[in-house]
Amino acid sequence: MIGIEMVVTRIPGLRREDLERWIANAWVRPDGQAGFYTFHEIDVARVQLIVELRDEMEVDEHALPVVLALLDQLYDTRRRMHDLCDALRRTVPPELQTTLAAALEGDRRDP
Amino acid sequence: MAKSDDPYETLGVARGASQAEIRAAYRKLAKQHHPDLNPGNKAAEARFKAVSAANELLSDPDKRGRFDRGEIDASGQEAPPRHSYREHAEAGAGRRYGAGGPQGQAWSQADIDDMFGSMFTEEAHGGTRPRRGHDEHYVLTAAFLDAVNGAVRRLTLPDGRTLDVKIPVGTTDGQVLRLRGQGGPGRHGGPAGDALIELRIAPHRFFVRDGQDIRLELPVRLSEAVLGGPVEIPTPGGVVRMRIPPHSDTGTELRLRGRGVPAHGKLPAGDLRARLRVVIGRADAALEAFLRDWKPEHDADPRAALMGAGTGEGA
Repeated sequence: MIGIEMVVTRIPGLRREDLERWIANAWVRPDGQAGFYTFHEIDVARVQLIVELRDEMEVDEHALPVVLALLDQLYDTRRRMHDLCDALRRTVPPELQTTLAAALEGDRRDP
Repeated sequence: MAKSDDPYETLGVARGASQAEIRAAYRKLAKQHHPDLNPGNKAAEARFKAVSAANELLSDPDKRGRFDRGEIDASGQEAPPRHSYREHAEAGAGRRYGAGGPQGQAWSQADIDDMFGSMFTEEAHGGTRPRRGHDEHYVLTAAFLDAVNGAVRRLTLPDGRTLDVKIPVGTTDGQVLRLRGQGGPGRHGGPAGDALIELRIAPHRFFVRDGQDIRLELPVRLSEAVLGGPVEIPTPGGVVRMRIPPHSDTGTELRLRGRGVPAHGKLPAGDLRARLRVVIGRADAALEAFLRDWKPEHDADPRAALMGAGTGEGA
């Protein structure tokens, strides 16, 4: 379990009040209540990403919700795509997988 | 990663670049290649690693000096381990920030329908639910008298089929007939659609429709108008004989009861309304002689109403 102090220590350039504001904005969603937050690794990674977006990519906090919402949609889609691919690998007969791969290859070649 | 050999080259800055220039160059490249913004793009990831390492080295004046003096090489400087958001976000943990929330299902039925809708619809897949065929729309131009009296006309469809269309008595322009089961074929035992036929009615040479009545301008001789007498009048139902009353004139309307549009539905039959038009024709010497000697008893000026004078009749 990772507490808020640990997150602030682990991520250079992060101030505790920033993180608390981001939690209040629901950009970061740790478990628990104010004062007793516990962070998962994904939460820590997300905090780090937000810090990088802010400090290195100069996305200011007004634009951050838009960027985060688009990223969340992108990752949603990619998770689903991975799920789909897993399901196809598990259930589709190999020869059909080959056919599918060939069809996708063909699509890429002549769009 | 050949470029990482020279951090200046990796960032695209000159050897003498200021800290601000290095920072700006790094930011520009980071925006472009950040792996969390380019998930699945291995090239972007590698490029970002090189850019980060170069920035790490050059943004630290002490390390930059040691590199410039050749005391360390670029690859000796490892960036601290990064928390890759991407790796978490693409795994199951990513659902925490997904549309459905942490407890959300990865796939809803709607998602599955969205994705497979076009692949697995009944039509494409040969489903078996009975489906009614589509309605098909046609336009048929009916002759005036066919629309008044009713008729059966044959319509040839674009697919070569022919339909016998029963034009009902008293059809009006724009009326739509629905022929049940004559449209597109149903699928999987479903009923066929309907053929919807819009009727357009061609104008007639001398009949004019006026609701249930038919209007007609009837030319008459001078003698027929003045003396009266029997004339033959065309009606939609055939020629009818009637008497013109004496002392008729142009504009006199004769009404033939029940000789208009035949009764249909709840509507009683209309009338034929013939409006007389006196035609003098080719005048001869006798007519001229008569008119020269004629002293009219009621010599009203027929143009009086136009001039706003006198008490002209028939204004």
